Amino acid sequence: MITVEHLTKRYGPVAAVDDVSFTVEPGHVTGFLGPNGAGKSTTMRMISGLTPATSGSARVLGKPFSALTNPGRRVGVLLDAGAQHSGRTGREVLTLAAMMTGVDRRRIEATLDVVGLTEREAARRVGQYSLGMRQRLGIASALLGDPEVLILDEPANGLDPAGIRWMRDLLQDFASRGGTVLLSSHLLREIEQVADRLVVIGRGRIVAQGTKDELLQQAGTVVRSTDDAALAASLRDAGHGVEVVATGGLAVDAEPLDVGRVAAATGVVLAELRAADSRGLEELFLELTADDAREHARTEVAA
Amino acid sequence: MTTTTPVRPVTFSTLTLVEWRKQLDTRSGRWLLATIAIITVGVLAIMVAVNGGNHSFGAFLVATTTPMAILLPIVGVMAATSEWSQRTALVTFTLEPRRTRVGLAKVLSAVGSGLALLALAVALAALAHLLVVSLRDADPAWDVTVQNVAYLALSVVLFMAQGVGFGLLLRSTPFAIVTLLVLPTLFGVVGGLVPGMADVLPWIDLGTAGEPLLFGSTLDGEGWARLATASLLWVVAPLAGGLWRVARSEITSS
Repeated sequence: MITVEHLTKRYGPVAAVDDVSFTVEPGHVTGFLGPNGAGKSTTMRMISGLTPATSGSARVLGKPFSALTNPGRRVGVLLDAGAQHSGRTGREVLTLAAMMTGVDRRRIEATLDVVGLTEREAARRVGQYSLGMRQRLGIASALLGDPEVLILDEPANGLDPAGIRWMRDLLQDFASRGGTVLLSSHLLREIEQVADRLVVIGRGRIVAQGTKDELLQQAGTVVRSTDDAALAASLRDAGHGVEVVATGGLAVDAEPLDVGRVAAATGVVLAELRAADSRGLEELFLELTADDAREHARTEVAA
Repeated sequence: MTTTTPVRPVTFSTLTLVEWRKQLDTRSGRWLLATIAIITVGVLAIMVAVNGGNHSFGAFLVATTTPMAILLPIVGVMAATSEWSQRTALVTFTLEPRRTRVGLAKVLSAVGSGLALLALAVALAALAHLLVVSLRDADPAWDVTVQNVAYLALSVVLFMAQGVGFGLLLRSTPFAIVTLLVLPTLFGVVGGLVPGMADVLPWIDLGTAGEPLLFGSTLDGEGWARLATASLLWVVAPLAGGLWRVARSEITSS
């Protein structure tokens, strides 16, 4: 369980994180989504006690991180996979963490196995690792203390599609056993595959949060019919927002059932009716974060 | 998830042991300590070879302390700065958020390394003297007292605490090393040029105040007082400042 309340971090006049509140529940994988520079890492560093908050609070398992006894055994943290001494071997990195947290050294083998690093790879120095291997080592050191909570910043960075699938299975298994997972990403595609709940952040503020399904529903409905113009008019009369999709069909701010009712009342024959898929979520994501995106101006012109 | 073994707090001795291991588990760390040992051996070998090798145990020991005085603080500096130059601070301070304890563990483990090297230096100096006495007919002079060694041990403690302090304060290895090597010397030279500083300098220049520790003389009351004030300025202040900076600053990955 992670509880973040009114968390704010200011650097001079700039609010990197601005009054952010959310909870991360046990039993779920919660994705922390936002463009680069939106405040994800700063928030995660504040949760982990590395960055002092300007105001507000963050608690992990009911306590401020720094008040946890032997935090490595309660919370697994991976904030930057690149932040390892390049001269140490992967195994040595885990040995140090095992010594520090008082974990049986035999767990090192088991954990290496879980993240898919071979004996040979573990004996190489971290400086020779690819980014994907560093991520696996970082996840290994987060898992080493057998924690209840995982906090992972961009863990899928550098993983290939098979690696992302592996991580999804790993984290979902962790959550299904009652664990709490918060992982961040700036890529919707990535987080969509791994997380079942989302917290979306843009320019330091939370812009949306909820289950993935809820957020998908918010994305509305896609409909095609024999007479889109008539259907669009009826839908507008019924008070729904309608957008004509360039490739044919309509995007409607309503649930499929409501759209179907309007179509029936209008007497229009439907060719397609479905909840907007991930593309809808992507549009939502782009829209929610448009203020921060460089593409903002261009999108405006195009629209 | 199912916590099978009870979660014990991270003890200070665990932290110290981990910090000590971190000094030795990289090639750069091992090489630094090995270099100090090699230079010590080299100095002794030269002394055995030249001048008929007629040197006392004490002379051999004094000869090993000069390279140690320059290089040991670097061990302390690197124990601190590597957390930032290698970006491991992120991991270190999430595993132990009580940062001051980590800093103190670094000091203690660096002192441990320093004392181990000192013990090696004493043993090698004794061996060198034994060699010249038995092989080169030098006059036996086992003139090293417990006090000499205790003074050297104290200087090791000061070097190491100073190194870690400068490291924590400045966070960049080259910057901290250069500052550590140049600043006190510069301070002594410039201070010596300023008229009126001559009386004050022995109280605030660690090089002058600490000399008796390295070269086998005895400190009297005033000597100890001078050492205390100079150490306050050059050891305690940077260490306290470094610990303070680490405790309150933001730990980032860049």
